[in-house]
Order: sequence, then structure tokens, then C-alpha cells
Amino acid sequence: MSEQKPAPQAAGSRASMKKELPEKYRNHKHVWVYIEMERGVVHPVSFELLGEGRKLADQLGVDLAGVVMGAPGEDVKQAARETFAYGADVVYLVENPVLADYRNEPYSKALTQLVNAHQPEILLLGATTLGRDLAGSVATTLLTGLTADCTELRVDDDKSLAATRPTFGGSLLCTIYTLNYRPQMATVRPRVMPMPPRQEGREGRIVPFVTDLTESDIITKILSFMPDRDSNKSNLSFADVVVAGGMGLQSPENFQLVKNLAAVLGAEFGASRPLIQKGWVTADRQIGQTGKTIRPKLYIAAGISGAIQHRVGVEGADMIVAINTDKNAQIFDFAHLGIVTDAIRFLPALTEAFRKRLSPHSNDRLAG
Amino acid sequence: MHFVVCIKQVPDSAQIRVHPVTNTIMRQGVPTIINPYDLFSLEEALRLRDKVGGEVTVLTMGPPMASDSLRKALTIGADRAVLLTDRFFAGSDTLATTYALAQAIRKIGETFGPPDIVFAGKQTIDGDTAQVGPGIAKRLDMLQLTYVSGIVDLDNESRVIKLERRSEGGTQLLQSRLPCMITMLEGSNVVRRGRIDDALRAARAEIVTWSAKDAGIEDLQLCGLRGSPTVVKKVFAPPARAEKAALVEIGATPGDTAEAFIEAIFAKSPALEADVAKLASGF
Repeated sequence: MSEQKPAPQAAGSRASMKKELPEKYRNHKHVWVYIEMERGVVHPVSFELLGEGRKLADQLGVDLAGVVMGAPGEDVKQAARETFAYGADVVYLVENPVLADYRNEPYSKALTQLVNAHQPEILLLGATTLGRDLAGSVATTLLTGLTADCTELRVDDDKSLAATRPTFGGSLLCTIYTLNYRPQMATVRPRVMPMPPRQEGREGRIVPFVTDLTESDIITKILSFMPDRDSNKSNLSFADVVVAGGMGLQSPENFQLVKNLAAVLGAEFGASRPLIQKGWVTADRQIGQTGKTIRPKLYIAAGISGAIQHRVGVEGADMIVAINTDKNAQIFDFAHLGIVTDAIRFLPALTEAFRKRLSPHSNDRLAG
Repeated sequence: MHFVVCIKQVPDSAQIRVHPVTNTIMRQGVPTIINPYDLFSLEEALRLRDKVGGEVTVLTMGPPMASDSLRKALTIGADRAVLLTDRFFAGSDTLATTYALAQAIRKIGETFGPPDIVFAGKQTIDGDTAQVGPGIAKRLDMLQLTYVSGIVDLDNESRVIKLERRSEGGTQLLQSRLPCMITMLEGSNVVRRGRIDDALRAARAEIVTWSAKDAGIEDLQLCGLRGSPTVVKKVFAPPARAEKAALVEIGATPGDTAEAFIEAIFAKSPALEADVAKLASGF
């Protein structure tokens, strides 16, 4: 939690500031990524983490391993193949019927057992509902450090994991270490890290792991599962073009201007946190640290000031374009292109100009 | 039944500012609130109490002024408030926090009766970790039920609970058993306004205030900075990009400006125009 204050700079003022790794942790080696599966499908965040884990493993000169857990069958085997294709050297394969669908009890027990048996140095999980539920209980059982929602992972000079995340409601960043406990655990939200290339046919070593869990040991039962209907869900995280609005729009009615531009561009629309808090826009459209992280080719921010909370959710965009009346707004610190003007007046003109430019007629003229 | 609700007093994050020179947080004058996610858990506890009978105890760990949030929770309808406050807790990370809270919940159990359900917020708005609820569950060896969107049934006799839980891509209908730890999903209920008699009672209520020793915490090595495996080494404002945004000049008419703006976008990234055109045409 972010209540933790930055420790004094003077080295040695506190034991835990210095790295004095106890003997019992010295055999902990290798970087692990928990491969999240729900209903037979691997969550893309796991592949993003493999990309990041590969870099850490190479810097440390160790293996990258994926942890695949599930009911015995084709799904987990397919997941293992995908894990190799995205860069893992090793897959720890935990097959057991009690792991058919996610429940905290069997999953946290199985993962804890696996960690104790094979002793990783670093364990990364996706900051999803599943990953957060699992990571919190595993870290507590292992009595080790866990850093949530990291935006940057790095190996330091002394080979410690430096995990950077936003803090204080997203107004600052902090770098957190777990110096004297292992494994060093961290979660990362979907789309924060880039998707690594898939290497078809890449192979690795499968290490089976047997847990002694049986269904009669598990108290919580899944009675049924109701899948979301995809139709009414936004596809913000994976959109190529995103238009978003912020407090500069001044009224809920003006948010329609953002939707109009998005419609002309075939884009998804989103909003900054204050608009969700005011109830102008639904929560599934929130962009930022506590909402969705996006990685579009083009991101247009209208009337958004650009607090870190928002910035960390959009920094993966190839091009960030900002419209804001305040030339000192933070958004111009990280946007590539900007215009200092009132979004309420400018958006209709921009929408019309895009419509003209992108119409088939205009394309013919350009081609001719 | 006894429901214990863990809450946290947090700064109203919309109002935090950073000192422009020292880059430190300016906490002075920032109003504090009950972490908004905690309110959904408090409301659910109050509903269960009203339905099956029992008591709701709210618990927080924090500085003495955190009693404001406890009193607020009493105003909303909680029956009892416990403040865990001690300088030994300063600098706790989530692991140290869950140690202290779990000890306090044990003490609450000994003093006021064992809890049947411990509630916590899904996450806080200042830390955003979502780790404290699971940590408490693990330390108290309680079943862990996070992201709960609704409690369907609670049977006093069999101690069986049925609830809906948000998971990736859908909702699970789960059957579990007391004692358990629950975090509620935001929007899963509507938080009540307290009644007048609750407000009057809250104004006079005594807040049970415990030090680490009072809560039965013997090993201070597990508290605060000493008990925290994570170390915050650096807090910083993110570096500005080397180049600030290139600003497009305002033209004679909004239309001219818009055209110049689009021209500038596609000039920076020529490949983008074809991508956008394709998307715009609906293919």
C-alpha cells in the first residue's frame, strides 16, 4: 500500500533497506510468470508478462518459466505450447481436476506448494481479478513482498527487482524493492507491457508438478458460471484509435462531441477518471491507472489535463494528440502533438475535417 | 452473527497536490474520507445484520484522527468501532498491515465474540493494491471471497453462504462456508444514509482504542517498517518527455485549424493515415 513513506536516504538507517539476503533464500533462482487461464483460454496479459520476464531473465542469466495450472486435458497442453512460443524456457505444469476453474483455495495452495518446491527468484502475475486474488494470498502465505500494478520492471545493479508503480492516487511514481525475501512478487495490469512477438515452433522443457489436492478438501464450490455478453462491452484496451474526453468538456452533454469524433474515425471512446466519478460516462470506459490501459496507434485526448493517473494508462500509444485550453497542462508534457484551444469548440471542426479527409471521394482524389 | 468490517481513512485523492520544488506530497489541508470501496462492504454487512441479526464492528488501523472515519461508519449504522493505533505501525506495507489487522480481529473475537464474516474494501483509492483483504483471510485461515457482486443466501444454521463473484469474463455463483472474508464489488449495493438515531448514538459512542499491546500484538518486529518486506526506495514525479508536444498554430477559421491539425498528425506518422482510413470506412 502506498501509505509507506519513502525511507530515509541514509544507507543502513534501517536493516531492511540493505540487501542481506538470508541463507534460506539464496537458492531461489529463475523468473516465473503465472500463466492465467480462465475457461480454457490464456489471458493475453500472461504473454505480455512473458515478454517482460524474458528481459529480466536474460539480464539475470537465468531461465524464464511459465506456471500453467488447470484440469488435465488439451487446454493446459495448448497453454504450455503458447507459453514456449512467447519466450519461456520451462513450463511448470500442474494438472489436477480441482483446478478446473479458478477458486482461491486450490489455486493458492497449488501455487504456494510449487514455489516452495522450485524456488523462483521473481514471480509475476497479471493484475486481473484472478491475479490479484491469487497473488495476495500466495504472498501472505510465503510472507514475502508483493508490488501491485507495476508500470516498469527492471533488474538493479545488485540484481534486485526494481518495481515501479504509481502512488498517492496516481500523482507520483515510486520504486519498490523486496530486498531480503523471496520470491520478489509483482503484478502488472493488462496492456501495460507490449505484446512480444510469437515464435511459432519454439520449444522448451515441461516440468510436471503433482499436488495432492482433492475435491473433498475444497470447501468452496462453483455452482454455475454466467459468461458476459460481449456485445455491450467496450473494446478500449485493444482499439487502434481511441478518442477520450475529460473535465474540459464541462458538461455531460458535451461528451457527445467525443462520441461523434470517435464514430467518424471508427474509434473507441473513453474518458478520464473525473467523468466516471461524476457519472457522465460508465466505468468500463475509464482510461488510466484505475481504469483501462490502452495501446492504440492514435490517441486523441480532448480536455484532459493529463495527471499521472491518466498518463500511465495511455503512454503505450504510438501517437498521443492533445487538445487543451491550458498550454501548461501536464498532457502536453507527454503528448506528441497538441493544440491549445477549447475542445468544446474545436471538436466539431475536427470531426468535420476528418470526415472530409477520410471520405472515399477524398481518397480517390488523393489516389488520382 | 458478528460482522467485522475493515475500513481505511484515505486522503480524498482528487485533492492531493505535489510540492512543485520538493516533489513531496502536500497532505496538509487535504480532506480525508472513508475509502469509497469500503462503503460497499460496510453496507453489505449492515444488510446482513438487519436480515439475520447480530452486530457490525468496524475496525481501522491508522493515526488517532482516523477515529473520524470510524465515527462516520457508526453514523451510517455500525454498532461498534475499534481503532488500532500505535507508532509501531508507521510505515507498514500490506503484509505488515494484514498482520496487525488480523491480530486485532482475533482480539475483537475474544472480546466481543468471534466474527462470522470479515469484510474489507476491494482495494483502496490511495494504495490500489487489493492485497489487504486476501492477506487478512490468509492470516485468519478464512475462506477468501473477493469481487463479490451479491450475496444470494446466508444460512444461519448450516453456515453455508451463496454468492455471486465477478471473475474474468463472467460471474461465478459460489457456495462457501463461514467464517469467510469478503470484499464487495463497487456498485453492488447502494450505501444507506444513516438514520437520525444512529447519528445521535454515533456522536456519543465511545471508540474502542487499542495500542499494539492492547490488541495482543507481542512481536513488534512484524509491525511497521520492520515487518514490511517491501522497501520504497524512491518516490518521484515521472520524467517529462525530452520533447514537449509540438503545438499546432490556430488558423483563420476552426476548419482551417482542424485541417492543419490533421495534416500535422499524418505528417508525423504517414502510415497512420491508411490505418485510420481503413478503420473509418468500417473494414
